[in-house]
Amino acid sequence: MIRVLFFAGLRERLQCAEVSVPASECSTLAELRSHLSERGGEWRSALADDKLQMALNRSVAEPHSAVDGGDEVAFFPPVTGG
Amino acid sequence: MAIAVSVQREAFDVAAEYAQLRRDNSADGATAMFVGSVRDFNVAQSVAHLELEHYPGMTEKVLREIAGEARQRWQLGRARIVHRFGRLDPGEDIVFVGAAAPHRQAALDACAFMMDFLKTRAPFWKKESGPDGERWVEARESDRDALRRW
Repeated sequence: MIRVLFFAGLRERLQCAEVSVPASECSTLAELRSHLSERGGEWRSALADDKLQMALNRSVAEPHSAVDGGDEVAFFPPVTGG
Repeated sequence: MAIAVSVQREAFDVAAEYAQLRRDNSADGATAMFVGSVRDFNVAQSVAHLELEHYPGMTEKVLREIAGEARQRWQLGRARIVHRFGRLDPGEDIVFVGAAAPHRQAALDACAFMMDFLKTRAPFWKKESGPDGERWVEARESDRDALRRW
C-alpha cells in the first residue's frame, strides 16, 4: 500500500488527512493523483489545483516520480511558515 | 552540536539558543541570529491568533537540510533552527535561526539564507483567525523571488 497524506487547506477541503492506495493502482505520482481525482466531487476539483505540491518519502517530488508499496506520499498547498 | 533543529509547540528562549551557539566555541568570532514573531495585522485583516500546522517528520528533515547547506556554503561552526507549531498569539516568537562563523558576513548571510529557504521549503502552514473568521495564509510571490539571490 501507498500511504497518502493531506495537509492544511487541502486536508480541510477533502475532509481527509490520510488514505491508503494499493500500489497496483499507480506507478507515478501523477497516476496516483489521477487515481484519487476519480473519487470525484471535491477530490477532483481540489487535486486539479496546479499550485499543489507533492512530497515522496518526505522530500519534494515531481509528477513523474515513481511510487511503490511502502512509500509515503503527501499533497499540500504552498508552504507559509517562518 | 554543529547543526541543531527543533520543531516544537513550546516557546523558545533566545538567550538559551545563543548560549548553545557559543558554548565552548572560541573558533567562531561572529554570531548572527534572527527571530520572527506573529504580527497583529496581515493582508487587510487584524489577526487574533495563528494556528501553525506542519508535516511531522518532513519538517525536521527539511530544516536539517537547510541548516546543513548553510553550514557548507559559509563554513559555519554552528547553525540552529527552531520553529514552533500550534496556536500562537500576536507578539509571540515563531522562528529562530542562528549561525556562528569565524567572520560576521558569513554568519549574517547564512541567517538570511536559512530564513529564505525555510519560508519556501519547510512544510508549515499558517491559519489566521480574525474578526472575519479563519483563513489559510496564501504563499507570497516575494518569498519565492527572495531565493534568486542565492
